[in-house]
Amino acid sequence: MNAPIPRRDIASSTSAPLLSVDNISLAFGGVKAITDVSFDIRKGEIRAIIGPNGAGKTSMLNCINGFYHPQAGSITYKGNKRERMRPHVAAAQGIARTFQNVALFKGMSTLDNILTGRSLKVRRGLLWQAIWFGPALAEQIENRIAVERIIDFLEIESIRKIPVGKLSYGLQKRVELGRALAMEPDLLLLDEPMAGMNTEEKEDMCRFILDANRRLGTTIALIEHDMGVVMDLSDRVVVLEYGRKIADGTPAEVKRNEKVIAAYLGVPH
Amino acid sequence: MGFFLEVLIGGLLGGVLYALVALGFVLIFKASGILNFAQGAMVFAAGLGFAAAMEKTSAHMPFALALATSLLLATGMMLLTAWAIERFVLRPLVNQNGLTLFMATIGVAFMVEGLAQQIFGNNIRRIDVGLPKTSMFILESQFDGGILVNALDLWTAVIAALLVVALSLFFQNTRTGRALRAVADDHTAAQSVGIPLNWIWFIVWSIAGGVALVAAIVWGSKIGVQFALTFVALKALPVLIVGGLTSIPGAIVAGLLVGMGEKFAEVYLGPSLGGGIEQWFAYVLALFVLLVRPQGLFGERIIERI
Amino acid sequence: MIYSDEGQLKTTYAADMVIFPLAQDRTLFAILMLLAFVGIPALALAGIPPFHADYIFKAILTPFLILSLAALGLNILVGYCGQISLGAGAFMAVGAYAAFNFASRIPELPVLIAILLGGGVAAAVGVCFGVPSLRIKGLYLAVATLAAQFFFDWLFLRVRWFTQDSPSGSVSAPKLNVFGWHADSAVERYLLVLSIIVVLAALAKNLVRSDIGRQWMAVRDMDLAAEIIGIRPVRAKLTAFAVSSFIIGVAGALWAFVNLGSWEPSTFSIDRSLQILFMVIVGGLGSILGCFLGAAFVLLLPIMLDIVPGALGMPLSTDTVSNMTMFLFGALIVFFLVVEPHGLARLWVILKEKLKIWPFPY
Repeated sequence: MNAPIPRRDIASSTSAPLLSVDNISLAFGGVKAITDVSFDIRKGEIRAIIGPNGAGKTSMLNCINGFYHPQAGSITYKGNKRERMRPHVAAAQGIARTFQNVALFKGMSTLDNILTGRSLKVRRGLLWQAIWFGPALAEQIENRIAVERIIDFLEIESIRKIPVGKLSYGLQKRVELGRALAMEPDLLLLDEPMAGMNTEEKEDMCRFILDANRRLGTTIALIEHDMGVVMDLSDRVVVLEYGRKIADGTPAEVKRNEKVIAAYLGVPH
Repeated sequence: MGFFLEVLIGGLLGGVLYALVALGFVLIFKASGILNFAQGAMVFAAGLGFAAAMEKTSAHMPFALALATSLLLATGMMLLTAWAIERFVLRPLVNQNGLTLFMATIGVAFMVEGLAQQIFGNNIRRIDVGLPKTSMFILESQFDGGILVNALDLWTAVIAALLVVALSLFFQNTRTGRALRAVADDHTAAQSVGIPLNWIWFIVWSIAGGVALVAAIVWGSKIGVQFALTFVALKALPVLIVGGLTSIPGAIVAGLLVGMGEKFAEVYLGPSLGGGIEQWFAYVLALFVLLVRPQGLFGERIIERI
Repeated sequence: MIYSDEGQLKTTYAADMVIFPLAQDRTLFAILMLLAFVGIPALALAGIPPFHADYIFKAILTPFLILSLAALGLNILVGYCGQISLGAGAFMAVGAYAAFNFASRIPELPVLIAILLGGGVAAAVGVCFGVPSLRIKGLYLAVATLAAQFFFDWLFLRVRWFTQDSPSGSVSAPKLNVFGWHADSAVERYLLVLSIIVVLAALAKNLVRSDIGRQWMAVRDMDLAAEIIGIRPVRAKLTAFAVSSFIIGVAGALWAFVNLGSWEPSTFSIDRSLQILFMVIVGGLGSILGCFLGAAFVLLLPIMLDIVPGALGMPLSTDTVSNMTMFLFGALIVFFLVVEPHGLARLWVILKEKLKIWPFPY
């Protein structure tokens, strides 16, 4: 486990950006989803992306992990400007992701779902896997141990062998986080991890996110509608509205920003 | 040139039959998202039912009356089939994925085939509804010897055209037709504005049954009603892929294209490859279309979302 | 209380990952294997009915095993990877004719190797026909596999090279000489098939509980999410096609070489494809055990329909039996899809769950 990172250091501008988005624009046919947005995510921080519905937040995450390809602008990740790529390449480079609507593999158990997150770590090929014993088994056990550590971390030991389709929504979201963590990502994209949860579940989820960030040192980009959560968790916040960036800064700065207040509360005309 | 045109016209007219069956597939796919493997079985069952009714009735009444009664009986049978499919297969499987529904229609195909043969017997049956079967030569002035055309094929084309016009009018101009299109767009939304899903499915399977009956009659007149009909009807599947799963004009154009293409392939490539290309031509053509243009010639573009 | 996990604690992950975590299951499986490898042949040698006659080996046991293997292959593609295929018969045909060509063109080649090579060729062909699956999904793929079915039906019937100029594509297999062992009698052939199937089933089971199996299932359940966690759908789908077609190809070669001896392309028609698909659906999508249950069921139902009404004094005509078989298969498919999509295998699991807590309901 990495040593805890002091929070103050992250918010300061000295920390190097892990990923920077420069002047990105994305359109579907005539519909503009994102217009000329730039921001960066620094190594080790929790970066929130907020904005009203339809502001282009999820589209932004989709661009970052290679599911959508922006028509203009560039994404620089770990110092390299990225080419057009498929999502599995982004995954191989250390970008993990959870979804707004739970995207688990319904026919599989919790354990198997999280184990799929270890897929990139598997080195033994088809033949070894067919033989099962020997090096393949050693590798399986290695991955199993890593997954058990995550199961332990997320406190989901009791649902280990239950098919995920039978779990409650809150637990499914937790398993999905587990699957993303199993990838040991450098950058973790969370799309509304707390949507539809009650207060208790939200508190648990906040704790897991903070722990993942501090104990595992994972950089996190987070979309969330609960402003309380956003203000408490994040180091910096970027605000989108109608596909454009309207504010960027620490939670306190963003809270005072007039455009943000207007976007969320409306302005008197 | 005369020979070329003869092959062309023969192919086009054969294609009309594919288009006719493909039409049934498209209707069901549009309204319920189901690729209906049982369409061929429905053609077969409709043909058997109609032929059996003709045999029984024509002994006791004049031809026209026998024809009308048989049509009525066969239509009734197809309505019953549609109701049974909706009630016992579709309704319990609502909201299942396309794959499950597709496999269910394979089950339906076997049920329909087994039952129809059990009721009407396993023999090949002839259908004669008074369509002329004479061959004739046309355009004799332009080409030496003219072009050989079968009158039955021409009639088939006319019937198919009428059917397509009738169906388009029905879809565009009636209340039920609009409801069908609404269901095709979005099941849940259609339900929420008060369109009864079960009723719509019954209607659409009935129409598909009716189309199957028409196809069975013209096809049965040509080659008789026999089990092989189900495999010929299966060719509507690649036709569907070529045309695009959701497009009625696509089904027709692709039907003609496939009919024409396989005739040409058979005539010009067949001798060097050993013949029988017709068996697979449509499927391999569909395979290429899938690789180049997965949505088919007229289909809507598939957009993926997450 | 005989069947219970009481007192069976696992202390290592390896122990938690075995195929049969329960001691009772292991015992049951061992008994089953002993019966299959030793018991049944012994009964045949001793001449105890019904095992005294070749009929039970030739008409029931050997076909059952081979078709189970084919179902296993198909299940990997359909049940585990979620890619529909209506072309199992075609890949059986490829396996059979490829093995035939290897065996007859290279006489020094051991038959067993020829059969495995047949599977290899089927795997390569399977990958080719799997390529469209990278661009198209679900129902569209059904048509692509139908293309394989009708194309190979035609190929082996019309292109003489594959059948070495035999008319109507009918050919005969070479003698079954496995490293000096001549599997001539029905019992020996049964044992040969049994050994091959046990080995392949074990390998397949290992695959589906390894990473590659999880990749297949991930692609089946949600391919976009699978890609986002780093699974390459191309690789997952094509390996599924390859493994599935290999197994189906070997099954096809065994069907031709061991079960039939001489055959023509029509034995691998679309009817065969659908028959195997039935086995998979009835037995259970995504279950290795299900393949065997499904094959047994699909094979025994027509025999039962033939025998039972006759024994009850109201024999059915051949037509009626075949019609009723057809109808019942159709009805069963719909029934299983509606009531228990995981088929007979799931029923078996439910039974075991109930047994574990018996005599209590919870």
